[in-house]
Amino acid sequence: MDFLNAIIALLNFVIVPATAYGAQLALGALGVTLIYGILRFSNFAHGDTMAFGTMITILATWGLQSLGVTAGPLPTALIALPLGIAATAALAVGTDKLVYRFYRQTKAKPVIFVIASIGVMFVMNGIVRFVIGVGDQNFADGTRFLISARDFREVTGLDEGLAIRTTQAITVAVAILAVVALFWFLNKTRTGKSMRAFSDNEDLALLSGINPERVVFITWLIVAALATTAGVLYGLDKSFKPFTYFQLLLPIFAAAIVGGLGNPLGAILGGFLIAYSEIAVTYAFRKVVGYLGPEGWSPEGMLQLLSTDYKFAVSFTILLIVLLFKPTGIMKGKSV
Amino acid sequence: MIIVENLHKHFGGFHAVDGASLKIETGSITGLVGPNGAGKTTLFNVIAGVLPPTSGRVIMDGEDITGLPPHELFAKGLLRTFQIAHEFSSMSCRENLMMVPSGQSGETLWNTWFGRKRIAEEERALKAKADEVLEFLTISHLADHPAGAISGGQKKLLELGRTMMVDAKIVFLDEVGAGVNRTLLNTIGDAIIRLNKERGYTFCVIEHDMDFIGRLCDPVIVMAEGHVLAEGTLDEIKANEDVIEAYLGTGLKNKDKIGA
Ligand SMILES: Nc1ncnc2c1ncn2[C@@H]1O[C@H](COP(=O)(O)OP(=O)(O)OP(=O)(O)O)[C@@H](O)[C@H]1O
Ligand SMILES: [Mg+2]
Repeated sequence: MDFLNAIIALLNFVIVPATAYGAQLALGALGVTLIYGILRFSNFAHGDTMAFGTMITILATWGLQSLGVTAGPLPTALIALPLGIAATAALAVGTDKLVYRFYRQTKAKPVIFVIASIGVMFVMNGIVRFVIGVGDQNFADGTRFLISARDFREVTGLDEGLAIRTTQAITVAVAILAVVALFWFLNKTRTGKSMRAFSDNEDLALLSGINPERVVFITWLIVAALATTAGVLYGLDKSFKPFTYFQLLLPIFAAAIVGGLGNPLGAILGGFLIAYSEIAVTYAFRKVVGYLGPEGWSPEGMLQLLSTDYKFAVSFTILLIVLLFKPTGIMKGKSV
Repeated sequence: MIIVENLHKHFGGFHAVDGASLKIETGSITGLVGPNGAGKTTLFNVIAGVLPPTSGRVIMDGEDITGLPPHELFAKGLLRTFQIAHEFSSMSCRENLMMVPSGQSGETLWNTWFGRKRIAEEERALKAKADEVLEFLTISHLADHPAGAISGGQKKLLELGRTMMVDAKIVFLDEVGAGVNRTLLNTIGDAIIRLNKERGYTFCVIEHDMDFIGRLCDPVIVMAEGHVLAEGTLDEIKANEDVIEAYLGTGLKNKDKIGA
């Protein structure tokens, strides 16, 4: 029985990666939930907005690298990120002016907005694939590990190593910064409060002198920043592939809905819930359990509930369970 | 002065406002009465820019304001309250009031980041103002309560409080007294008279309580079936044959109309 090694293995293969993934999902879900709260529709183009922002950031990263500019031990992409955000903000605001504003003026039903957003999704999808191609892009540079498995073993003398990649640490740090900034903005600034007011009661907000177009404009700026940040962090942590970003739509929506659509705190909670479940259910616990049994014993099977091919089924199942028992999500959101 | 010219608002085939024309003089407290379903609230909604009119015009101090969005009307000093009280349910009563004034320094993105000091001062003044209004409405003790959790009557008071947070020119009150107890109703009446006298607010007041109307309003406009039936002092109105019939016979008349 080797308790410590079991815990380290669990940390290394489940907790650490799931925390990083959870932070990425949380940022993605925050964008979805803000759009839902303010513009009152589910934005299917969100995954591809993330892809677009990431693509611009990658292009800028390559540009910086060719000029010899890097961020030392940190990924160069962090310097390129503001440019990605700016371009995505321009795209989001432009799309709003070109597409969604028309439907707002005609007071279209939410389902019309959803369908319009699917159209927008296909267009963004095309743009991204056209510019950067469909293949995998790896753009993480700088130091690979904050703590490497070998160093960890040498220092602690344990059999099991714990590795924390720089990108994982950055993901969590940047996500915390982004969330703190967002909540400060929503709760402390007048503009943020008027966004909350607008989300809470649109009619009253309008009659209180709040300009809806301004609220919508600022929402898109924030959503563009969140989407690009989420996309870049995910890409740094894994890799960038347009199709993967489209697929991310499911866990992101699951996170936003499970947490309570329109509720920012819920989106964060939902992101981590989905991430932990997805990784825990698809991880083979053979090694961890092996440490807990008697010396030299090892379990027969892999102790893996589902193959990783089925990871999307996890989001879907949690989504169904929550919607069955609590249709407004864990934290009270607007009902779907 | 507000002039409503031959205003129509149709919902499908139903004419909720059917050729209403009226005038609200600057400095007056004009009453708007009429049976349930007469189209009073709908008229307010059209004037306040919530609903686009089917046809007709609304003119404020010589300027055509038909169909302007609510936030622009708010900036021109035109405010309204809701018949069914609205509130920002997740915010406290004080925050609800503090949401109202617009066009402050805090409203630009630049200032959000670089004008903190000025904003902080404004917030303090705003908070003092909100507390004053709450005090006036006898609901100071609810300042920090979430507005979603106060009683229906208290929500009505908050509605009125909102109009006191800015210097309005004209305020449309939709049954601001409904569900409020009589003592408080008198207080509200006093408040309306004071705002009218001291701060020059013009009011248009929808109310079913004739005592309240009698105490406050001159003139009184009667609406029925989407148009204006009569206008005058309360006593004149009460003596008007058409008005008596409208109040007593709406059911019958509507039936005729639907049959036709
Ligand atoms: N959005 C709407 N769609 C369809 N019909 C509506 C709508 N709003 C109001 N109506 C109809 O228009 C008519 C007038 O309604 P309105 O609310 O203006 O009456 P009111 O004079 O304010 O009555 P009350 O004194 O009961 O408040 C009613 O018959 C109502 O059913
Ligand atoms: Mg009404």
